[in-house]
Amino acid sequence: MITLLFFAGLKEAIGDDQIKMPAVGMTLGEVKEKVWAEYSIEQVKSCMVAVNEEFAPEETTIQEGDTIAFIPPVSGG
Amino acid sequence: MEKRCWITDQPLDIQIITEKVIRREAGAINTFIGTVREFTNGRKTLFLQYESYKEMAEKKLEQIATEIDQHWPEAVTVIAHRVGRLEISDIAVMIAVSTPHRSDSYEASRYAIERIKEIVPIWKKEHWEDGEEWIGDQKQTRPGIPLKGEIK
Repeated sequence: MITLLFFAGLKEAIGDDQIKMPAVGMTLGEVKEKVWAEYSIEQVKSCMVAVNEEFAPEETTIQEGDTIAFIPPVSGG
Repeated sequence: MEKRCWITDQPLDIQIITEKVIRREAGAINTFIGTVREFTNGRKTLFLQYESYKEMAEKKLEQIATEIDQHWPEAVTVIAHRVGRLEISDIAVMIAVSTPHRSDSYEASRYAIERIKEIVPIWKKEHWEDGEEWIGDQKQTRPGIPLKGEIK
């Protein structure tokens, strides 16, 4: 199982700050597709994605225990 | 070594942050203080709510400080960002950079705030008089991973 984290507007749209799902062996891009298919939230597509606290490309293969964070456009400062 | 970059839900203190970069080799300390603005394009903000992915945000702030080390090797940098509910004029972010000469301190400080707005997972929610909205800087087309040579 892996953990998905959601923040800011995406967290509110999904209604939870994290979910667990089986995704080992999938790519990051496929996980993104799956979340988009399940929730139909447009914002999922514009998110950057981080694996274990580092931005990662969509080809990245998911390992057991990974934490995947959906990062909406940031607005710090 | 003490942390030089951090996220906190407590008020930021310019004195404490400045003291962390002051040293005999420095001839300049540039501090940037980002505060909560009341009016944006005529719309009145009541307060802001900041949220972060704390562990990653601290790593990305540290990455920015490392980028500054690479480009301005004589700089000493401290960056702190506050999260939670902030009222008008509260301090959201504070950057202090000390360098031997002034021009480097200005440039490095400016570099830090621009990079924060690109790669650090922190979000603000505007609470207006007539609604609320999560703000995104619309820079999501940048992958967030600085390319070699991209660091000026």
